[in-house]
Amino acid sequence: MLSGIFDIIILVSLSIGVFFNFLAGVGLLRFPDVYTRLHAGTKCTTFGSIFLCGSIILIGLRAWFFSYEGLTQTDGSTLAIHTAGALFAILLTNPTGAHALARAAHRSGVKPVGAVIDDLEGKPAKKTTSKKKEAEK
Amino acid sequence: MIESTTFLVVLSALFLSVAMAIIRVIKGPTAPDRIVGLDTINTIVIVGMVIFGYSTNSVIYIDVAIVYALLSFISTLFIAKYLEGGEF
Amino acid sequence: MIAFIVTTILCFITYLLFTTGSGTDLGIWSYEEIIFGIVLSAIVGLIAGKIFVKKDFRMANPVRWLTFIAYVIGPFFAGVVKANIDVAYRVITGKINPGIVKISPGLKTDLGITMLANSITLTPGTLSVDIDEDKNDLYIHWINVKKEALQKKPVDCKYVCGNFPKWIRRIAE
Repeated sequence: MLSGIFDIIILVSLSIGVFFNFLAGVGLLRFPDVYTRLHAGTKCTTFGSIFLCGSIILIGLRAWFFSYEGLTQTDGSTLAIHTAGALFAILLTNPTGAHALARAAHRSGVKPVGAVIDDLEGKPAKKTTSKKKEAEK
Repeated sequence: MIESTTFLVVLSALFLSVAMAIIRVIKGPTAPDRIVGLDTINTIVIVGMVIFGYSTNSVIYIDVAIVYALLSFISTLFIAKYLEGGEF
Repeated sequence: MIAFIVTTILCFITYLLFTTGSGTDLGIWSYEEIIFGIVLSAIVGLIAGKIFVKKDFRMANPVRWLTFIAYVIGPFFAGVVKANIDVAYRVITGKINPGIVKISPGLKTDLGITMLANSITLTPGTLSVDIDEDKNDLYIHWINVKKEALQKKPVDCKYVCGNFPKWIRRIAE
């Protein structure tokens, strides 16, 4: 009974994750310029990764606490902790990389297509000395 | 019990979105467009490695995924810096 | 010295987390892994201690960590969910109305502005493009610019990022 509920939760989160990762690909093809493509490519893949990695973490936790068939307890703990590490790395690095790419695109002269307002336009790209890119959350 | 074919379906759907990102990398009119496609491919490949590692019972793939995530982040930052035209 | 010790201990805890299930000598760890982990953490502490721990110890307050966890689970995750439904809608229908706007959230510390920029990138319809480092103003690419937000310059924070600056001020400042 409990195992069935777990299976359903895992299947639902797997399908949500796959759907959003697929949407990221479609968004990359459909949107008109770099900035909107970054919206699709960053938000959707991060959200999809949360659900896909979350389902694997759930499988690991189930094997850890109930010693599920096919996986020993050691396997379960390793699976859960290492997947959580990979998810943490994705969550930390994805938005920072997107910010760096958006800044680079704007400074190399790509204009947002169809923009109603551009406050940053015409500002000289200052040479910055201190980099605020390290995400020390 | 979740069948292993479920994970095969998940992996092939991920491969489909990687293929769409590759089209963007080939077509992309400007260089930043291509790098956005590359960044998306990196994230999807990390998740794909995690799922592949579970479905083939080899946890070592997940360690590789962690290292790949950090390295791809550094490469994205370097390419962004290069596009900006600043000194390193 | 305190920087070296703190960094080494944090590194060693991370190492222990990633090597669970390596043996049965000490609980679930083997002697080899523990000895090698101590050596490795000491090397990392020597190299990275000065970068990791700065002069002030404001962030060593557990109340701030608890607020951070509450922030991530509550408003931040709700924002991420809303953002993805929004992006899904725009991918499928193709309706966009983009623009780059400037906001001045009034945060002072580097950590605070980093957290706000990362939060903005993952929440509905916004993406941080550039930072004015003198005044800590942020330039935001907004996928669906609202008419009423453009009357005042710089644009009011509540249209772009809700009450995130209030939370981050409580965490990082």
